[in-house]
Amino acid sequence: MMMLTFEDFPLGRLGTYGPRHVTREEILTFAAEFDPQPMHLDEEAARKTMLNGLSGSGWHLCSLMMRMMFDAFIGRAASLGSPGVNELKWVAPLRSGDDLTLDVDVTEARLSKSRPETGIVTFRAVVRNASGQVLCEMISPIIIRRREGAQG
Amino acid sequence: MRFYEDIEIGQRRELGSFTFKAEDIKRFARQFDPQRFHLSEEEGRNSLFGGLAASGWHVASVCMKMIVADGQRAASEAAARGETVAVWGPSPGFRELRWSIPVLAGDTLSFASEVETRRTSDSRPEWGIVQIRNRGTNQHGELAFSFLGTAFVPRRRPGA
Repeated sequence: MMMLTFEDFPLGRLGTYGPRHVTREEILTFAAEFDPQPMHLDEEAARKTMLNGLSGSGWHLCSLMMRMMFDAFIGRAASLGSPGVNELKWVAPLRSGDDLTLDVDVTEARLSKSRPETGIVTFRAVVRNASGQVLCEMISPIIIRRREGAQG
Repeated sequence: MRFYEDIEIGQRRELGSFTFKAEDIKRFARQFDPQRFHLSEEEGRNSLFGGLAASGWHVASVCMKMIVADGQRAASEAAARGETVAVWGPSPGFRELRWSIPVLAGDTLSFASEVETRRTSDSRPEWGIVQIRNRGTNQHGELAFSFLGTAFVPRRRPGA
């Protein structure tokens, strides 16, 4: 299979991906292991919080976004990993039964100075629910290998 | 948990430590981040990471686990002293998340938090907004992970 390389990520819209259905079971399982706060575990307690009802952990949403990006393109890209996340906004809560879609744009692509065989591609990723409401937005760079023989 | 009025810039809390086992790294990766260097020791050794490396989102999620556990400890201590326990609101997000060096199978990260900014909210007078830098340092004393998180913290005297 041809791997996607740095050259395959021009500026602009890369694609729209999903939907990914999220179950109540998944939300509870993730929260029990990593984020056991009442708003992520208990419907009754969650109703009394600012989020007004059971919601998935924000870190669960991030992890689901990662998986959607993997299935969309990272899984077939010559990715060497990411140095981090510039900014992430949790805009609205993840709810059980949500069908998530993901829009990905390339906002910046530049060659690496320290590793000339690689480039750094910055992505803007936005997750929405089925009614089009934005749940989270992320800006994050990924290090991607350049095409074989590319130089300079 | 503290109220907004109890929070000062520079306040630091040790959150505890966590050892990343190979089986946990692979289990998280299979579900959320099945890149080859998170799934196999050999692929990890052949990657930039130099060994089986935890997904960055696994490291972040474990940090959250430590933050929640610390908050629960602090809340039960406050309750034992007969104090009113502040219930923090949800987070609107974070900035400057850095996976500075890989977290490899067997590594132990010690997590700590430090308050960087605090301000009141004009639109929500019952809440203050606090930015906290969370850091994970490995067993060699190297900073592996950090981010600047934002939290809504309730005010003891709204609007005062």
